[in-house]
Amino acid sequence: MSHTTQTHPPARTARPARGGGTTRPLPLLVKVLGLGIVAALAVLVTPPLIAQQRWGFLGVFWGVVALLAAVYATKRAVPAKYLVPGVLFLSLLVVYPILMTFQLSTTNYGDGTRTPKEVTISRIIASAAFQGDNARRFTLEVGTTGTVDTGPYTFFLVDQASGDAYAGTEDGLEPLPTDATVTDGRVTDVPGYTMLTKQQINRLSQSGGPLAGFTVPTGESSVITAQGFQAVELTSPLVYDQATDSFTDTRTGDVYTPQRVGDRSYFTDANGARLSSQSWGESIGLDNYKRIFTDATISKNFLGIFAWTVLFAVASVGLSFLLGLVLAVTLNDARMRGQKLYRSILLLPYAIPGFISLMVWSSFYNTDFGLFNELLGTHVNWLGSTALARIAVILTNLWMGFPYMFLVCTGALQAVPSELKEAASIDGASGFTQFRKVTFPLVLVAVAPLLVASFAFNFNNFNAIQLLTEGGPFSASDPTAGGTDILISFTYRLAFGTSAQQIGFASAISVILFILTGVLAAIQFRGTRVLEDVN
Amino acid sequence: MSTSARPSVAAPTSTPTRAPVGGPPLRRDPNDVRPHGARWWREIGWRHVVGVVAIVYALVPVLYVLSASFNPIGSVSSTSLIPTDFSFTHYESLFTNPNRPYARWYLNTILVAAVVVTAQVFFSAMAAYAFSRFRFRGRRGGLLTLLLIQMFPQFLAVVALFQLFSEVGKVVPALGLDTLLGYIVLLMGGSLGQVWLIKGFFDSVPKELDEAAKIDGAGHAQVYFQIILPLVRPILAVTGLLAFVSVIGEFLLASIFLRQTAVKTLAVGMYTVLDGDRSNNLGWFAAAAVLASIPVVALFQYLQKYIVGGITAGAVKG
Repeated sequence: MSHTTQTHPPARTARPARGGGTTRPLPLLVKVLGLGIVAALAVLVTPPLIAQQRWGFLGVFWGVVALLAAVYATKRAVPAKYLVPGVLFLSLLVVYPILMTFQLSTTNYGDGTRTPKEVTISRIIASAAFQGDNARRFTLEVGTTGTVDTGPYTFFLVDQASGDAYAGTEDGLEPLPTDATVTDGRVTDVPGYTMLTKQQINRLSQSGGPLAGFTVPTGESSVITAQGFQAVELTSPLVYDQATDSFTDTRTGDVYTPQRVGDRSYFTDANGARLSSQSWGESIGLDNYKRIFTDATISKNFLGIFAWTVLFAVASVGLSFLLGLVLAVTLNDARMRGQKLYRSILLLPYAIPGFISLMVWSSFYNTDFGLFNELLGTHVNWLGSTALARIAVILTNLWMGFPYMFLVCTGALQAVPSELKEAASIDGASGFTQFRKVTFPLVLVAVAPLLVASFAFNFNNFNAIQLLTEGGPFSASDPTAGGTDILISFTYRLAFGTSAQQIGFASAISVILFILTGVLAAIQFRGTRVLEDVN
Repeated sequence: MSTSARPSVAAPTSTPTRAPVGGPPLRRDPNDVRPHGARWWREIGWRHVVGVVAIVYALVPVLYVLSASFNPIGSVSSTSLIPTDFSFTHYESLFTNPNRPYARWYLNTILVAAVVVTAQVFFSAMAAYAFSRFRFRGRRGGLLTLLLIQMFPQFLAVVALFQLFSEVGKVVPALGLDTLLGYIVLLMGGSLGQVWLIKGFFDSVPKELDEAAKIDGAGHAQVYFQIILPLVRPILAVTGLLAFVSVIGEFLLASIFLRQTAVKTLAVGMYTVLDGDRSNNLGWFAAAAVLASIPVVALFQYLQKYIVGGITAGAVKG
């Protein structure tokens, strides 16, 4: 090659810049700008993070800044310059959430257990509290360092008798920050906080809203709670003792200790009477996993869904491969006219965005006006029975998947050396024998890794289920597990469905999905021998 | 830089280039005379029969949607495969109903896809360059780890992701749930999704090219941006298209993260409308589906021969 002997540097470089080229103006500008923007963003989010004591987030933000500076502001670690951005995203948004899923799966987190134990305790105290004779009364304003709808919230209180001003959170009461403004006995402005309007407070305080049940603990058995746009200090007959982790009712002397029922704990007395129906989030070890395999209903659901998930993936891959292969063999004849046209049209189902195809097919199955009932002149609720719905799902997935298999098989067929086929013909093999003994094994070897990948994809093919049947049909007795649910759609419903959310339990099923996916990955690794080929 | 030394970037795509996707069949025997009459039917004709049946199977749903989109009567009971009447009512309704801001959803989708795909291809190509051209400690381990992590779809951690972003949203509202920015950042988790594919193509670019440039005084960044990247441009286009298709089809995370009308993508937006009233919204949905599909289908047809190479190298469409 002639240019290897060229000795003068390219015109655009001022001088050879071998170790990273930071001396040239454009890359330098890009680097400085990039680092500057990242650092500016980190500076921007620092005050709210400190205000909300989010030390974890703070550490991550500045850790990223430090890492980027270390990699891009120096000339060392050249490979890292190319790897860091992607690896950062991957670690923070894939690896960390995976680890977090493991952690969540050992908790009972979900509807009814969202509050930490301390908050539940102060809420129990508050719910039994009454207004004493000398109770302090306060004017109330609410502020937030986050968003109006999600908080975290702070009560800004001015004692109506003494005029003392406080800032109260669910952690306790503190003096008002000195830079806050108090006008006419009300806190009107606090730097760093967004003050809520009366309408917002009203809306957020409604039952189920984030301000409902908000209390500021002020002592062992006293809390401040909102009463309209005022706040009042209440004292409670209940006393919580940290050392024994128990409540004592000072009126009756009854003692309540936490007792676990299922995956959540309640304060319960010796006779089994609950002090309150409020529970809290806590670690429950491997109980979620035990529940999957020991709870009769759940384990029946789980095993049924698992079996269908496998069947669905096998049938989807198997049938679309079969159809794709038959079409590829049929249309891969050099003497045929219009091959290009056939391929272009058969590519269509693959080219149309999957979510659209799925929604279109879901309307085909409609009882009243679906295409199938129209063509057949019937009035069948195709998605109404489990068996029919499953067939419908597989049929749809066949349409979605066969063009891919057709393309892949065509490619593999054309890679089969024609000498092999000729040799087989000379040996007297008929067309079909030749296909069965020579062509098919070669095609299968070529596409096997793709079949496994396709199986793994369908194993977690959420869209195919959700957009067609939403997991249904459901039996009247059990709204959590539907007839066509695969594991991922089942998990989705447990965590985000309309009935009580079971975040911890859903995480446990996610972890099992991770493990199953890992097994598939291992099979795929073996099949493709990719581990040996890394160079 | 001499362009005559351009390497065969199509090397790994040898399958598709050999595939007679277009152009004349390659292995035709010059002495072979096309058969006629009964022999033609026995050897060739039946293939056309199968092909036509397959085409009908592939096209019926497509024609149904096209027909429904032009049929002025909104409910499906009147929809047949061949439209009896013809109008653009449904297409107009896409842009007139403020409760279903189709144009907004379309733009949202394009925005998300553009940012995420650009980032994914860019970061993947960068990492692929490092893995292809540098030798450093942990390289093999890194490649294998990447392959392993890639096996687990990001959405399997959906529960944790939801928790994470609702927490982030409390501190930085612009990145929280119900924001396009948050959703974009979320999908950035797939930034290294195409490393293996792209590395395969980088490996096929001769190293002599880099070495020559380095002797000429080019730094590693110049080699990357001015030599390697331009050579693999078609591959990056296909990688981008495959990533694009999977981003616009992303439904699971979008349905949880994008709940407010204004921030929805086409996938969740169209689903909300269709699911709301399946009998009366079909015309709207059909028109929406046609407009959403046309650009993707056009790109697929345009890049057809590269796509076959891309998918056989391991990418699976979502």
